[in-house]
Amino acid sequence: MLTVKDLSVRYGAISAIRGVSLSIREGELVALLGANGAGKTTTLTTIAGGQKPHQGAIEFLGEQIQGRPPEYITRKGIALVPEGRDIFPSLSVVENMRLGAFVRRSRVEFQRDLAEMIELFPILGQRLRQAGGTLSGGEQQQLAIARALMCHPRLLMLDEPSLGLSPLLVDEIFALIGRLRARGVTILLVEQNVDRSLDIVDRAYLLRTGRVEAEGTPDQIRALVDVEGIYLGDRRTPLGDQGALR
Amino acid sequence: MITLDFLVNALSLGSTYALLALGMVIVYGILNLVNFAYGELIMIAGYSLFVLSLGPSLPWIVMAILSVGVAVLTSYLTERVAFRPVRQSSPTAMLITSFAVSTLLQNAALLIISPRARGVPLARLFSESLQVLGATIPLRNLLAIGTSVVLLALLVVLLRTTVLGIALRAASDNFRMTRMLGVPANLVISAAFAISGLLAGVVGMFWVGRTASVTPTIGAAPLLVAFVATVIGGMRSLEGAVVGGYVYGILFSFIGVLLPQGLLEFREAFMFIIVILILLLRPEGLIRGAYSTRRIG
Repeated sequence: MLTVKDLSVRYGAISAIRGVSLSIREGELVALLGANGAGKTTTLTTIAGGQKPHQGAIEFLGEQIQGRPPEYITRKGIALVPEGRDIFPSLSVVENMRLGAFVRRSRVEFQRDLAEMIELFPILGQRLRQAGGTLSGGEQQQLAIARALMCHPRLLMLDEPSLGLSPLLVDEIFALIGRLRARGVTILLVEQNVDRSLDIVDRAYLLRTGRVEAEGTPDQIRALVDVEGIYLGDRRTPLGDQGALR
Repeated sequence: MITLDFLVNALSLGSTYALLALGMVIVYGILNLVNFAYGELIMIAGYSLFVLSLGPSLPWIVMAILSVGVAVLTSYLTERVAFRPVRQSSPTAMLITSFAVSTLLQNAALLIISPRARGVPLARLFSESLQVLGATIPLRNLLAIGTSVVLLALLVVLLRTTVLGIALRAASDNFRMTRMLGVPANLVISAAFAISGLLAGVVGMFWVGRTASVTPTIGAAPLLVAFVATVIGGMRSLEGAVVGGYVYGILFSFIGVLLPQGLLEFREAFMFIIVILILLLRPEGLIRGAYSTRRIG
């Protein structure tokens, strides 16, 4: 479904990612792991069209989409739930959702999808007229995910969905990701909670200083690296002589 | 002495300034661009009225609607021709472009028409008054208030109930995320410029109505008013722009009444002292908008 080949992104003279390659098949749940600054968010943002790549190719459903504007990529079927949620604080919950459905103009479909999202996120149903900025962190995260789902994405990219949430809400978010997966949504997940992520994903990529250092199933990743050390950017993480599994 | 005609006059000035400020903020909120060519849209509307008056006799309201339409079209075209090609560049490039457009339009008026003032036709009610409770109230003031209320109400309906309106408000909050939801940047920006042109055009009718004339530099004063009103209200808030416009207009009227005759020529200086005091107390303006400062084209 998605193939990223040799993707590089620069911010001025600084390389954020260098030669990143990854792929996702339809229905998969794949994690992108790595320490702060490893290039996870840049990778997602570049796939979503928010950042122009310096070089490399992004193929989605058979079409090269690198460098295309974000609105085009969303219409193609990729939705990003960004780190920090980026919900519109002055817009009500229902207005946020309506904008999420922008690419699907039918009012009837919007009402049907809204009802479906309320079923999936009951708390949002109680907050429909409330301004997005007044929701709690967990509610905002649910709104950000619901808003992304309103465009019926073929690929949903979640950037740190549990960041800043209480342990109870983190449980809810992971349960939700499980439910989305069960519904057949293809997901690319960036998550700081590595252990929890490896519990639910099919495969994972490990990024370090802008490069893919390892790829494999959760068991392979666990066998290969010190999971605890990933988010400390621990250089001693024992990839050792085996190199990556890729 | 505060009388009914004074209150109507203050409210009329505030209403006009509110529309002015809103037209500037709707573009600034999305592009982070203070459009210095905004005042020239008022000039264009005024000259359109002048040119239309030279042709076959048309009812004033028809000429006014056509003139506002020319301002809308000009605003759209400035975005399409001048701003869109540099949108990906630095904010400085956008700012310089807005100066260039402003200078270009002013000089075009100077060369094509005349550096001297040209008379514009006005509707009869611009010179008529109404007697209410012993006060003489110019009808143009009531017309300005009524027009502003209707336009603001229509804008509220557009911004609250249509998908395009919601997208415009969202883009003011966070343009990058708005695009990530599939909203085309060109659609939102073109709509913002068109609305900005509409508001400038309508204000232009009242602005030229003060002196029944138009000059190439007529846009400078309303541009300054719009800028100061948006600073008072909050540069990133549509509601703030309206509030800032009314506060500016009403304060300006009050200063005119409260100042002694000998100090009236310093009216604007006193106004700016008040503006500075407001900004010292609320640097972000009276109404705080979204915090985002990102500009993505």
